[in-house]
Amino acid sequence: MKIRKELWFGFSLMAVIIATVLIFMPWSQLLDGQLTRQDMGYLGLLMLALIVVAIMLGFPTAFTLMGMGMFFAWLAYRQSSPELATRQVLDLMVQRAYSVMSNDVLIAIPLFVFMGYLVERANLIEKLFKSLHLALARVPGALAVATVVTCAIFATATGIVGAVVTLMGLLALPAMLRAGYDIRLAAGAITAGGCLGILIPPSVLLIVYGATAGVSVVKLYAGAFFPGLMLAALYVGYVIVVAKWKPHLAPPLAAADRQVALPALSQALSARSANALAGLFAGLRWPNLRRGQVLSQLTVALLPALLISVLLALTYLSATAPAAVVDTAGLEQAGGSLAQDSSKPIEPAGLQEPPSESGGLQEPPAAAAELKAPVAELGQSVLAASPATASAATPTAIVAAPVAPPERVSAPTWYWVVFALGLAGLVLISWLMNWQRLEIFKMLLTSFFPLAVMILAVLGSIVFGLATPTEAAAVGAFGGLLLAGAYRYVSARSTHRASAVAKTLVDLGGILKESSFLTAKTSAMVCWLFVGSSIFSAAFALLGGQELIEAWVLSLGLTPLQFLLLSQCIIFILGWPLEWTEIIVIFMPIFIPLLPKFGVDPLFFGLLVALNLQTAFLSPPVAMAAFYLKGVSPKHVTLNQIFAGMMPFMGIQVLALALLYAFPAIGMWLPQVLYK
Amino acid sequence: MGQEMQKLLLTVDKISTWAGQAFAWLILLLTLLISWEVFARYVLDSPHAWVFDAMIIMYGTLFMMAGAYTLSKSGHVRGDVLYGFLEPRTQAVIDLILYLVFFVPGVFALTYAGYFFAAESWAMNEHSSITSNGPPIYPFKTVLPLAGAILFVQGVVEIIRCVICIQEGAWPPREHDVEEVDVDKLKEMVHVKDADLAALDLLGAKQGGSQ
Repeated sequence: MKIRKELWFGFSLMAVIIATVLIFMPWSQLLDGQLTRQDMGYLGLLMLALIVVAIMLGFPTAFTLMGMGMFFAWLAYRQSSPELATRQVLDLMVQRAYSVMSNDVLIAIPLFVFMGYLVERANLIEKLFKSLHLALARVPGALAVATVVTCAIFATATGIVGAVVTLMGLLALPAMLRAGYDIRLAAGAITAGGCLGILIPPSVLLIVYGATAGVSVVKLYAGAFFPGLMLAALYVGYVIVVAKWKPHLAPPLAAADRQVALPALSQALSARSANALAGLFAGLRWPNLRRGQVLSQLTVALLPALLISVLLALTYLSATAPAAVVDTAGLEQAGGSLAQDSSKPIEPAGLQEPPSESGGLQEPPAAAAELKAPVAELGQSVLAASPATASAATPTAIVAAPVAPPERVSAPTWYWVVFALGLAGLVLISWLMNWQRLEIFKMLLTSFFPLAVMILAVLGSIVFGLATPTEAAAVGAFGGLLLAGAYRYVSARSTHRASAVAKTLVDLGGILKESSFLTAKTSAMVCWLFVGSSIFSAAFALLGGQELIEAWVLSLGLTPLQFLLLSQCIIFILGWPLEWTEIIVIFMPIFIPLLPKFGVDPLFFGLLVALNLQTAFLSPPVAMAAFYLKGVSPKHVTLNQIFAGMMPFMGIQVLALALLYAFPAIGMWLPQVLYK
Repeated sequence: MGQEMQKLLLTVDKISTWAGQAFAWLILLLTLLISWEVFARYVLDSPHAWVFDAMIIMYGTLFMMAGAYTLSKSGHVRGDVLYGFLEPRTQAVIDLILYLVFFVPGVFALTYAGYFFAAESWAMNEHSSITSNGPPIYPFKTVLPLAGAILFVQGVVEIIRCVICIQEGAWPPREHDVEEVDVDKLKEMVHVKDADLAALDLLGAKQGGSQ
């Protein structure tokens, strides 16, 4: 029965399209023996309707587009010069194909795809999910929140919806079901979270849109960052509200599930002090403990403090730099430069006297001393931070000293605010660092932070103009390679102690082979689609279908708001039968030329489209995410339950779309600040 | 279906696969090349002009040569509103018609035009004009007809598969290849066993009963 219902939907959709075409085509004009310019336009529309029907039949879209485009382009050429038509069509096809082959925007696609496959195979999702759910254990709906966060991070790094949903279906769904979560909520969190990867940059969708619409991918990335975060935050917010409001849908974790088993060293030391930092310091003086072990634990425990100190020092250096600093620090520091983004508008005439608490400390080059002094004054727990801070900050100062010219600008007020906040954070972290948290932090350190740093480095270097998307993608793929190698080495060392390196290399070879082959297939899929669609859209333009649509849309007299609503509705509906690749490469060339007529920025439109196409993954009956989840879920979870679970998240997507429309600054602020 | 025919089909599959996989390694080279160039530019401060051409050539060759490979593993994106729900025989009829209407003329024209496109480039010993003293571009342009030809042959094989499927009511088998979502492999990766999932069913049944 099920099958017939699905077919029914497709056939009726096709019938509607064909009937519309049959009714509205001016057949008498078309068949009166001569083809006028306007007739050609109608042919263009006919072609558009036919392509939708042909795609729905299920033939590989790239070749449907190519064949149909060729045929209609020949018709268009024949109308003007019958004897040259064949030659012209052949030229058109080969030129279009070659322009895709030598496209310097699309080149980033295979690289990002490669990075995604490598990261996926690094096999850190299990650890990532576990550490996040422990870290978030106190939040209502902890497992579902951790699911969304894991999905967001992992999907961002890999961009492969199918793999993320499948993996989370294997990891998070059983965990949530065991904890007594509602099936629908669990399924919704997994499917919606898994699709975030196509929106949050670096995503392939935005590259495809950029290449189609001629919008800079860099700006698209900068623009999509906050809407992506917003959508993820809305999902998390929804889960928390549901968990608070109806606790039986997402019961809190049992106390046993929140605990982490402490290693022997920590257990021994925890008897002495509840605070991990204090305990470790005390442990340094214990004769019956191994010094090195304690010291390495201590270093790990001090990492947040170190990081904050280094960031503060860097911020100080850039804030007090005499002239605009050209940041050549490279990709690794891009994460750091995120924190200094506000350092650009330096006011040399800023406040001379920094406010209150750090009053005496503005001798300019003494960044290290400055950090050391206030830190040292703070109570016993932070006492720990002092030597480490000095050791971290001193090299920074040494490196910076020869670069910096003698007279530095004194730090502006905002720096001292940041400084105070950083310091407060430092104290708080040191205060809260108990043994349990130390273990969780160590887990995060090996799963969450490498990924986050990699994403931020790739994204930061693109957005801040340090590297082109292609370069960042390549370095990201290289980072993925290192990540995969490192994780494989760690797991190899635990099983094959003696031959760990050899085992890692063998593993890595296998990973590289699989990832390369998959990358080739995925890139061929996307780029051949591009070859087909660029031939198709050339034919559409030749026929003058574009002019006809433009004239028609303008004759409706829409306001920009109505136009945007209409176009987003059309894209939303197209998302049911079609996939995002097809929607973008076929329909964006039709929408984009209309945008200037309504004063809509193609960049903003792209963000709306990217947000909108999230729904394409969740809307039945083609909701890929649901089928991937169904493929790995226990038998008692039905497809209908999964669909029902996705509905609220689709609602959130529509809400996010409305928010972005109402407050364009959510997306446009960052690109406007960065690329004036 | 004769054994020989199936053998022939798989042989062509293998050729396409081999070509695609051989050029798939370009992605690794591309990654290393660009990473090294980034290092050379930002750290050593000595960029190379030819790298831009080289990376375009590698990328173009990579995806063009993988076209037939992707087709042989049915990896090209399809609209899946109806297709997946149809009987194999119906699928084959639709595919057969559309291969003849769209694929054969389209890919043939592309290959044919590509041949002259590349020949012209060879004749004038064309070099890339993106940078001065660019590398020769005619081998790259030759990739277009070459990829088109392999794709065309693979298309013929797919057409034969459609005919076989119409006759026999089932798709002839293909050779296995690495897949994007390989559930068994993923299960192994995250250490999930089928027994665990089955246990959840019992749990679900218990909860379903109690509610």
